Amino acid sequence: MNNVFLYLALAAYFGATGLWLAYFLAQRERYYRYGAWVMTGGLAAQTVALLQRAWIDGYLPAATFGEALLLLAWALVAAFLVLNWRYPIKVLGALVAPLAALMVSGTLILPQRHGTLSPALQGFWLAIHICLTLLGVAALALAGLGGILYLIQERQIKGKQFGFFYRRLPSLSQLDTLSYWCLTVGFPLLTGGMIFGSLYAQHTMGRFFSWDPKEILTLIAWLIYAVLLHERLTMGWRGRRAALLAICGLLVLVLTFAGANLWFSGYHSFSRFILQP
Amino acid sequence: MNLLLFGVNHQTASVALREKLARLIPDLGAAYEQLGTWPEITECLLYATCNRVELICVTDDADCAAARVREFFGRHPEITPADLDEAFYLRRDRDAVQHLFRVSSSLDSMVVGEPQILGQVKQAYREAAEHRATGPILNRLVHRAFSVAKRVRSETGIGDHAVSVSYAAVSMAKKIFGELTGKNVLLLGAGEMAELALEHLKGQGAAKITVANRTLERGVKLAQRFRGDAVSLEEVPDQLLVADILISSTGAGDVLITRDQVKAVMRRRKQRPLFLIDIAVPRDLDPGINDLDNVYLFNIDDLKEVVEQGWERRRVEAGKAERLVAAETLKFLRWLETLEVYPTIIAMKDKAESICQAELKKTLNQLGPLTPEQRQALEVLTTSITQKLLHDPIIFLKRNRRPKYPQQELDLVRRLFNLDPDRNGDPPDPE
Repeated sequence: MNNVFLYLALAAYFGATGLWLAYFLAQRERYYRYGAWVMTGGLAAQTVALLQRAWIDGYLPAATFGEALLLLAWALVAAFLVLNWRYPIKVLGALVAPLAALMVSGTLILPQRHGTLSPALQGFWLAIHICLTLLGVAALALAGLGGILYLIQERQIKGKQFGFFYRRLPSLSQLDTLSYWCLTVGFPLLTGGMIFGSLYAQHTMGRFFSWDPKEILTLIAWLIYAVLLHERLTMGWRGRRAALLAICGLLVLVLTFAGANLWFSGYHSFSRFILQP
Repeated sequence: MNLLLFGVNHQTASVALREKLARLIPDLGAAYEQLGTWPEITECLLYATCNRVELICVTDDADCAAARVREFFGRHPEITPADLDEAFYLRRDRDAVQHLFRVSSSLDSMVVGEPQILGQVKQAYREAAEHRATGPILNRLVHRAFSVAKRVRSETGIGDHAVSVSYAAVSMAKKIFGELTGKNVLLLGAGEMAELALEHLKGQGAAKITVANRTLERGVKLAQRFRGDAVSLEEVPDQLLVADILISSTGAGDVLITRDQVKAVMRRRKQRPLFLIDIAVPRDLDPGINDLDNVYLFNIDDLKEVVEQGWERRRVEAGKAERLVAAETLKFLRWLETLEVYPTIIAMKDKAESICQAELKKTLNQLGPLTPEQRQALEVLTTSITQKLLHDPIIFLKRNRRPKYPQQELDLVRRLFNLDPDRNGDPPDPE
């Protein structure tokens, strides 16, 4: 998977990181604009790399932790750029770009796949399951990052600290709206991904739900987001509590994605996907 | 050619003197007419704000023009020569350019970074142009001043930081609500500071304004000014349901709104954020209110802190702006210097042209009848020889923009080509 386009994407993400950090520090509009172009270029390069790989293999490359990380990085950048176009919160880029850069670096460092993918995992519907879930996770991750920024800014305002962060971060209402918007997009995507996954499991293995650690953790995250969305809609929850819950959800998702593969094992772990040659 | 700037500002002159001077200005027509009668002053621009009265002019005879400008201001019966000596400053050339740039960038203002001054200079320039008082040099200078001011505003944060309590309140409201359009404002008590804040909020698009005051009459009066409603203090708890921003400045002496009251209201408001400003001493609002979620309480000390920081930030940004102004001043002076070489270039070209014509005439007379083609060939020959000969000196004058001794070099060129035949050809004895 280590082809030239991937390295191009990596360079672009690091470049955008530099530009957006510079924007955050110096507050020059110019840096932000350049960063957005570089980031878009990086996404295009990564898309080419992924398509190339999928074309050669004939299925979506998501069988190792590294491959899944790469797909998640793609989803995160894509979700951020869409968000940026609809609802620009410029400082968020200074969090997303380094994250994407680290994820792509992780892919390049992590061991590559040896062996072939089991045929049960090559189906089209499985690809849908993966795409929807990862896009949902990406959008919800943005909601969580927005929540972090919200908590920082709220702390400045409540603590009467009108300094560095207070000046640079956007208003509380913008950050809250950002988090809410990402939630309303991410939650249906995650739900869809889970439904497709469970249908596929019924189709291939004969059960909807296998009490696998990854499935359980995802369900917990889903419940957190369901509560958050419900409370936001009915009780007018917002601000600090909503931000905290969005961050909780993000932590569970991180645990699901990384932890379930590294520490717990189940049929959903990447190590089970590969048939040893 | 010189630039002169003569005037007073808030640092050198008292309000009384500035008022007297400002009274001279309303009749701009007469002022420009009088300035126009003096041949020493080729271009001029007069501007007056509440903090300054200044006149900038272009002249070929600086000393004479300075005397004329003094005469112009001294004409006012209430202004004594002592006033002129004490309060007026005279800036020349580089300092005049820099001063105008600083004024229009709001670096010389009483409140550094205030945005009005640029508009006032623009207006004054428009009037001067109407009276045909400005010319190519001032036109260019004033336009440079506008673009410098624009750069200062966009490249430094000189206007970004709140430096008044009422504006600090608005800037904080923006950090909570983002946009203030459609937000409802509730005023408790009708103090002066609250009124100022209200003006700013209204300017930012605040929707409904409600005034609650102990004496309803005064509340009604204030409410009418902002097209709002007046209510009694007893209605405040209900008003809290619809308000987004509350400014409290009663002199009540005891707590008007308690933490529990706000807590109960927040549930009914479905947690819509509430921004409370308490500028009363002693405080009207329970300080514990700030601990509630989605409620932000600020008191007068918090606001003052913001203002302090705003001043501090503006001072830092003003430093950056000064550097920018200094660089732009140099650029303008360089342009001015190139302007000084043009008469010499033109004189050189004229001289060459007249020599060409004279020699051509002589030669044509000697050669006798020629075909038009031959005649034309001769003309082309002479002009191209002189053009090629002059090319290097002209380039030298134009490109050598920052010579060590600009005036001496220009003089040398003029003497070399004998452009001033009536002047003594020998250089003045150095001793």
